[in-house]
Amino acid sequence: MYNAKYIIPGILFFLALIFVPVGYNMGKSFDVKPELPKDQKDCIEDVQVMRDKHMQILNDWRNSAVRDGERIYVNSKGKKYVKSLTNTCLGCHKDKAKFCDRCHDTVGVNPYCFDCHNITPNQKSPIPPAQTGEEGGH
Amino acid sequence: MKSNRREFLKLAAVSAMGVGAARLGFLGDAPAFAGPLPTAADFEKGFKAKHWGMAVFSAKFTPELIEKCRTACHTEHNVPDIPGKKQIKWFWGASYHEAFPTEQGQFLSEDVEHREFPLLCNHCEQPMCVRVCPTQATFQRPDGIVMMDFHRCIGCRYCMAGCPFGARSFNFQDPRPFIHNFNPHYPTRMRGVVEKCDFCAERLAIGKLPVCVEAAGGALVFGDLGDENSDIRKVLREHFAIRRKPDAGTSPSVYYIL
Ligand code: SF4
Ligand code: SF4
Repeated sequence: MYNAKYIIPGILFFLALIFVPVGYNMGKSFDVKPELPKDQKDCIEDVQVMRDKHMQILNDWRNSAVRDGERIYVNSKGKKYVKSLTNTCLGCHKDKAKFCDRCHDTVGVNPYCFDCHNITPNQKSPIPPAQTGEEGGH
Repeated sequence: MKSNRREFLKLAAVSAMGVGAARLGFLGDAPAFAGPLPTAADFEKGFKAKHWGMAVFSAKFTPELIEKCRTACHTEHNVPDIPGKKQIKWFWGASYHEAFPTEQGQFLSEDVEHREFPLLCNHCEQPMCVRVCPTQATFQRPDGIVMMDFHRCIGCRYCMAGCPFGARSFNFQDPRPFIHNFNPHYPTRMRGVVEKCDFCAERLAIGKLPVCVEAAGGALVFGDLGDENSDIRKVLREHFAIRRKPDAGTSPSVYYIL
């Protein structure tokens, strides 16, 4: 091979580099403990469904509510809920910082829902603009 | 049954006290504005129509009444209060010449010429804004409401160029610091998004009339243009009404009775 003495170490170095994060996190476990509402037992769907799919559910909600005017969600048990992030989800999960943010921060996602949506239906004033690009705004 | 009713009344009394106290600021985290949260049952009672429209008894409008309707609308929808060129408006007032630039008779009645007219998005039957929006963020619902899906707006402002009525405003900056009477039940917008009146689609969905119509005390009539027995059709049968800029060809759903 042409220039093997440069290319092979190069490739090895590259592979080592991309596997550093994997090695770094090896054996460590994610332990995220979002605080659950104390006065409610059931979410709109089972825990596992919510864990896996809440983003798809919210996406469906926003499309069907805004675009088709279908604002009632019927869950797998036939119970009805209003499709509303602030009024339904955060009406129950009263503290975004202790629920949404705990997971989102740990896994490093930064959904921009709250650039517009209020973080509780009891909020007194609009959330002031984020000071840095990290905290919101995109 | 009886005890249920008593329970309910007790609960109602306690909640009323709670709300009262919260407004005085004793109970912390409660808003200054906003009633109870709408429930799924409320959404089942939503209003339906073939084509929503509005009739404006313009002679009943004073600058004060326009201001009252404007405040009601802007409070309900968290419309920021930004002075100057970056102003955001869903509901506003304008002179005859601004409102009807193509209807200028030379010798107008003084009363009409000096009247202030309430303006809002016309929810046109052939909306120019919908035609030009590249993302379908602005779209027309089957019931005629020209709706905005703020999630999809990319801020290109084609719609603002397209709308012949200046009914659209652009958020040049984060609007949140400029919202004074905050309603936590309605979202805010963010920088780079266009906004306008949505005929209170979120209120129609729970069987309530638009908030400006409520505030106007009879000076605005809202209803189904597709139903000949509706109040609005009755009003339009009995009074001569004009629409803004008919030559623009958008066929507004807001009618002005002079
Ligand atoms: S008034 Fe303007 S924004 Fe409203 S529907 Fe007509 S063209 Fe669109
Ligand atoms: S600014 Fe937003 S709503 Fe207006 S045309 Fe562009 S994408 Fe559509």
